[in-house]
Amino acid sequence: MIPSFKEALESGKFVVTSEVAPPKGTNLEKMAHHIELLKDKVDAMNVTDHQSSVMRFPSLGGALMVKEMGGEPILQMTCRDRNRMALQADLLLAASRGIRNVLCLTGDSVVLGDHKEAKGVFDLDSSQLLAAIRGLEKGKDLGGSDLDGSVSFCAGAIVTPEANPLEPQLIKFEKKIEAGAEFIQTQAVYDLDNFKKFMEYAREFPARILAGIILLTSAPMARFMNKNVAGVTVPQELIEEMASAGKGKALAKGIEIAGRMIKRIRDEKMCDGVHIMAIGKEDKVPEIMTAAGLL
Amino acid sequence: MIRSITQQKRDEELDQLLDGLGRVFIVGCGTCVTLTRTGGVPEVAEMKRTLSSKGKIITGDVVLPVACDNLTKEALAEYGGQIRQADALLIMTCAFGIQTIANHSDKLVVPALDTLFIGKETGLGQFDEICTQCGTCILGETGGVCPVTSCHKGLVNGPCGGTNNGKCEIDEAKDCAWTLIYERLKALDRLGSMKKLQKPRNHQGEPSPGKFKL
Repeated sequence: MIPSFKEALESGKFVVTSEVAPPKGTNLEKMAHHIELLKDKVDAMNVTDHQSSVMRFPSLGGALMVKEMGGEPILQMTCRDRNRMALQADLLLAASRGIRNVLCLTGDSVVLGDHKEAKGVFDLDSSQLLAAIRGLEKGKDLGGSDLDGSVSFCAGAIVTPEANPLEPQLIKFEKKIEAGAEFIQTQAVYDLDNFKKFMEYAREFPARILAGIILLTSAPMARFMNKNVAGVTVPQELIEEMASAGKGKALAKGIEIAGRMIKRIRDEKMCDGVHIMAIGKEDKVPEIMTAAGLL
Repeated sequence: MIRSITQQKRDEELDQLLDGLGRVFIVGCGTCVTLTRTGGVPEVAEMKRTLSSKGKIITGDVVLPVACDNLTKEALAEYGGQIRQADALLIMTCAFGIQTIANHSDKLVVPALDTLFIGKETGLGQFDEICTQCGTCILGETGGVCPVTSCHKGLVNGPCGGTNNGKCEIDEAKDCAWTLIYERLKALDRLGSMKKLQKPRNHQGEPSPGKFKL
């Protein structure tokens, strides 16, 4: 049996997680290919939950597939689409099928996705979902009723170290840990000196921190993120470095930058590991890991 | 003052709603819809012109002082003759007015407006929703800013990851409620209440539809 993500977190090793994105439809070939490619290289794989509020094959289905294929899934659960009853029910199903890790997220607004007229639920928020998990582990649901057979999860959450203003995010971060988050995967960070400052604060808390790394694929993509993705700032010198890559070489440059950042995070022991988000280029994760000296 | 904030329906929708209804009596209101310029005297006059140009016969029109008031019954009675000649009442008031009128008339009512929210005028020509009547007020812990209403997701434990320089992820014209709450609590030296882990909200403070008896 492969080591659990929790064991990896507790081992003291430099932990690496990545993502697989379920498809829009029932053709699971590409996701299966990514799982096959990554399952023995990373410590766990997040399975995204209708990312960017775009309706897709469910994260629970994707996480089961990772499990069936011999990988270690981290089930991403947002509070956007399910009320507290549906979220708890899905946690029971996940636990019964051997899914051991959950990442709790509030979720993007439905307005940002492809079902703009849908009802956004948000019956719970990310910290309340974490607390619900810890309650289920004690055999009680949110209604106060007893469970016949409980659950056990390694539960985590996210934080945006470059949010502006930062202090409200940090207050939420502390509440997530108080509610039971054992690990934190951060929103993408690019300014590592800034991230070091965040870690000076964050390492005082009893949670493992994995720095978020989003693969840059081109200079326009970096500019797009700066303009449109809350809490993500790609510094000008990285944009210029991306732009300096010759025609058709931007992706290779992005892989080099991601590898270089991961290597520095690891060499300087900034945090407990990294979470690599290759958004649509999951097949490049092994190359990023090679560039970082991890493979 | 509490205001009902409305917006005129699109022409296509209105045309569809009035399809086959040749004779129309138009009702406006002198209160909220006059303030928002969606159902006052000028807008009713404009609607008359528009519908006439589309071949409708306008049997009459009135701008009631306060359409949601019970006096509406008497006010409508004064126009009994013109209303009787109409196939439908086209109502340029908020949904409170429409339903009040529907209660006092046996005619078909057709809304000309969509009621967006109950809010207040926070600046010249600017209206904001500030309370959704959830029945479980938490303003005492949020410095008087309501996250149930003013946060797009109604979050009670702080901002989501979509907060961006004090603005909301869905619209940069909308303030992030949790940035406002944070600034207010910080100024009051009460950030402790933001640090308290809030339990899931009771969404059944008053199970919908609300009903209250003194």
